[in-house]
Amino acid sequence: MGRRRFLGLGAALTGSLVIGGKPAVADTAQESPPADAPWSQSIGAGVADRPYGRPADTEASVIRRNVPWLTASAESSVSFSPLQDLHGIITPNGLFFERHHAGRPDIDPAQHKLMIHGLVERPLLLSMKDIMRFPSVSRIHFIECPANGGMNWRAAQMNSLQFSHGMVSCAEWTGVKLSTLLEEVGIKKQAKWAMVEGADGAHMNRSLPLDKCLDDCLVIYAQNGEALRPEQGYPLRLVVPGWEGNVNIKWLRRIKLGEKPWHTREETSKYTDLMPDGTSRGFTWLIDAKSVVTFPCPEKPLDGPGLYEIRGLAWTGNGKVKRVDVSMDGGVNWQTARLHEPVLSKALTKFTLPWRWDGRPALVASRVIDETGYVQPTIAQLRAQRGSNSVYHNNSIQTWQVKPDGSVFNVQLA
Amino acid sequence: MYSSRKICLPIMAILLACAASLAGAAEPGSFGYGSVATPAQIAGWDIDVRGEDGTGLPPGKGTVDRGAEVYAEQCAACHGTFGEGEGRFPKLVGGVGSLRDERPEPTVGSYWPFAPTLWDYINRAMPMQAPHTLSADDVYALTAYILNLNDLVSHEFVADRNSLPKVKMRNRDNFVWADPRPDTMAKPCMSDCVNAADVRISSTAEGRNLTPRTTGPLDTMQPK
Repeated sequence: MGRRRFLGLGAALTGSLVIGGKPAVADTAQESPPADAPWSQSIGAGVADRPYGRPADTEASVIRRNVPWLTASAESSVSFSPLQDLHGIITPNGLFFERHHAGRPDIDPAQHKLMIHGLVERPLLLSMKDIMRFPSVSRIHFIECPANGGMNWRAAQMNSLQFSHGMVSCAEWTGVKLSTLLEEVGIKKQAKWAMVEGADGAHMNRSLPLDKCLDDCLVIYAQNGEALRPEQGYPLRLVVPGWEGNVNIKWLRRIKLGEKPWHTREETSKYTDLMPDGTSRGFTWLIDAKSVVTFPCPEKPLDGPGLYEIRGLAWTGNGKVKRVDVSMDGGVNWQTARLHEPVLSKALTKFTLPWRWDGRPALVASRVIDETGYVQPTIAQLRAQRGSNSVYHNNSIQTWQVKPDGSVFNVQLA
Repeated sequence: MYSSRKICLPIMAILLACAASLAGAAEPGSFGYGSVATPAQIAGWDIDVRGEDGTGLPPGKGTVDRGAEVYAEQCAACHGTFGEGEGRFPKLVGGVGSLRDERPEPTVGSYWPFAPTLWDYINRAMPMQAPHTLSADDVYALTAYILNLNDLVSHEFVADRNSLPKVKMRNRDNFVWADPRPDTMAKPCMSDCVNAADVRISSTAEGRNLTPRTTGPLDTMQPK
């Protein structure tokens, strides 16, 4: 179509709106929906009008949020994923929860390097171009901050799914197997541990057993098909499937092999579990099986009695979700929910269950069982073991109280 | 499918050859990407310190008095003049004997198991606005000062690569470096699992007014 003809067509379309007599556009006052809304009687924006794209304007409330009083500053804090507005198992990159210890660095990938040294045969300095030449893999895994749910250790505090469970997200990660890089440098036989370190202002570092590094750890440069976002470690991060978020080092700049763990600040003063007897558990990396009902939830109340689909997410650092049960009566009786494909190892799994709500008060909860047979505990069972001074690894069953008006509250059961 | 076995076999041979060369990747340097890190490069990047024995601590030293000066300039605004903390920035002192309390206070004095970890953390991450800018001597001095504030070393203590690993931290022996989980053994009961009369709400977020409403449009949140 020539430019002149195209312009003429545009004029004709515009003209038809003016000269077409009484327009059949939406009248919000009329009882039946309009046959034609304004967007059906006009031409929309062209391709690449938004060259990257963005959500619909009416989805503006679907954003990450933080809790200002939770931390000393936004530069060492966390933002939560809006689980109440997400669908399926993949978290959009712009909504993946963030945890920074020294703010978000904006790194020039042309200057970023990864050093691998220590107990290796051939210490290497790798550029991003070097790393992207290695054989690549793509895998779907969740990452959860072990403090997710930490605010619920003592009592139900936040009336929000986003703030009670939003420190978990899931993506397809693309990069290089860490084992590939370690084989390339040659592992000396005395090596038993790896120290992994970030390039941000915190130079945050953690110790990891070499066995886990060689099993399934990934050195990642892409997330859900695009380059990592700066908030997620651009240009390079570590993904340690099924283990607490803090070991998934972002802005990865150095890996050193050694004989013993380092006992860094992050694995002694933080990310350890204080027990009721005053002892502390170190090296509790694993994310135990956990699940949560994402609809209904405090942000998404029920709209009168009738048929609903209970929806939720389940995950386990120990492999695959095997079964999810849902209770509407505070754990007296349970029904097995439907798991939606794909059910992947160390990834979020979606579950649903139809529910005809009769308008009476209800206590809605979900309970996951993973492929090792581990059953998600109640908060009472968890407190019986660990007290309530812990911050981390609260994987207990979440109960939502549904009131007769359909409103939903975060509660705990005795 | 009419591709004959004769055609398939050479393709298989090529694929097998590729697989064999990839298997060879277990040899160090078989991909050949990147550059071998020189001793000077490694020395420049290698900042880590092992908590237990101080491996990696550099030369240098610092006194408690020098630490007080550096602390007043670099740290007091966030951590308080005497390590008592400002706002929600961490306390560096106090909490001794509190770890079994209802509100424990984990600090350097009450919780940290290894003194060299303090040097390492200050060196790699502090001060927050300009990390990794202090000299080794100043980091030693700050470490000495904070240990002294916690009554872990005397005023005459001089921190260096030999003295720091010998400082006995109060909580040194209370860490279990193994994961005893699974520590709950719930059973997946399906019906009449608890007595319905015993189901009681022990706590609720309703009316606590803790849920933030200032960080974004929470227009779908029920204002209860």
